Amino acid sequence: MPVLEVENICKTFEDTDVLKSISLSLEKGQVLSIIGSSGSGKTTLLRCLNFLERPDAGVIRVNGETLFDAEAAGKTAGFPFSRRFGAQREADVRRRRLHFGLVFQSFNLFPQYTALENVMLARKLLAAGQPDYKARKKEILGQIREQAEELLDQMGLSNRMGNYPHQLSGGQCQRVAIARALALQPDILCFDEPTSALDPELTGEVLKVIRELADQNTTMIIVTHEMAFARDVANRVVFMDDGMVVEQGDPGEVFGNPREERTKQFLMRYSGA
Amino acid sequence: MKLILEQMPVVIGALNTGFIQTLKLFFVTLLGAFPLGLLIAFGSMSRFKPLSLVTKLVVWVVRGTPLMIQLLIIYYFPGLVLNNPVWGGGEAGRFLAASVAFIINYACYFSEIYRGGIQGVPVGQEEAGLVLGMTRGQIFRKVKLLQMIKRIVPPMSNEIITLVKDTALARIIALQEIIFAGQSFLKGSHGISGAIWPLFFTAFYYLVFNGVLTLLLGRLEKKLDYFR
Repeated sequence: MPVLEVENICKTFEDTDVLKSISLSLEKGQVLSIIGSSGSGKTTLLRCLNFLERPDAGVIRVNGETLFDAEAAGKTAGFPFSRRFGAQREADVRRRRLHFGLVFQSFNLFPQYTALENVMLARKLLAAGQPDYKARKKEILGQIREQAEELLDQMGLSNRMGNYPHQLSGGQCQRVAIARALALQPDILCFDEPTSALDPELTGEVLKVIRELADQNTTMIIVTHEMAFARDVANRVVFMDDGMVVEQGDPGEVFGNPREERTKQFLMRYSGA
Repeated sequence: MKLILEQMPVVIGALNTGFIQTLKLFFVTLLGAFPLGLLIAFGSMSRFKPLSLVTKLVVWVVRGTPLMIQLLIIYYFPGLVLNNPVWGGGEAGRFLAASVAFIINYACYFSEIYRGGIQGVPVGQEEAGLVLGMTRGQIFRKVKLLQMIKRIVPPMSNEIITLVKDTALARIIALQEIIFAGQSFLKGSHGISGAIWPLFFTAFYYLVFNGVLTLLLGRLEKKLDYFR
């Protein structure tokens, strides 16, 4: 059974159809790269998966559980992002959201917290809601700290844990952001152009970390403009254009021998540059 | 000069009493305008159009007219026009009316500062919190609040220092604050009359108090300097 199934997701902003019936699936431990020009809907797709946008139509399933169904959701006004839905509903959305992690193009670290605190914050808040939190507070916080330190260590940042985001380079910030997303152990980790805001010389350190995650069979969806990286690290590649999946398949096939004319044109522009 | 030295103890005593009233008005205004300003800020940012329109209208009127006129209207309108003197008589009544006028006026200015602070926090901060499974309350308290405060402190410091001096406007409804106290020696009070220097001397009180405030607010700003 695929870990993720997306069926016929549609999204319209104002009068623009940003996503026109997107369907894809992903197996556990696989890496999916999404490529395509700017404005093709890649970012919107990731935002829909992470419940930052509400799809107008379609179904999202994780491990067979339906997380989102536009038809069912349509009956309850405003799902999932409006402030109008009650506490119950919001808690529900939050629980579903935790199946996914998202690493942003612009990191979005919390500036008033150190790298370590950034990684620990969400788990600390989640833990505080547990019934046995008061009794085992010290033990729980110890575990959270240990896990956060381990993750930052894995990101090569063991000597940067006490630094604030403004004291870190862009590449270091993005690695903290990756650790922060991993701390919640999402089923699927999504990257939205993780290196687009970085200087070329800092891109490598972030890509290296993502590659290591792929080697550990982390299930990931990576939206990227780094073609060589996408080809190299992904098990499957999706090429999107104008809100549609134009072509998808094995990276060797899509990059080496694209079937569609639009894919060829897109790849030509990149290899030419 | 000898005369001034003789008058000094009496004048200082009177000015001190007046300055206590000034300080009272200052702190009561802050205490009321901080929370009310936040409410007005939320009102003007509301997605419920009628509420945001009404709030913006109120802010426009309050910021668009002199505080002195607002003081006069708030103090005299209920008694003289409606025949319903809600404020009560004497100094206590004047203080109540002045407090209401100052709180409303400053809350409107504060609301715009709050709005700038709230809207100045990048959307990405909220989105990062949401993706990490935080509630809206947690995102506000743990992520956005401190960033807002950091943005708010410099413009707020400005308003607070302006408020210290604006309290002098309450003289117009005869609130016995420090200007009133200084002026009383012109007409005659405590056996001194025709003395203008006590009125000039009040400036010294404002200056010292604002000096202290500037130091404290500067320290707060520095404390929040550890992040960007």
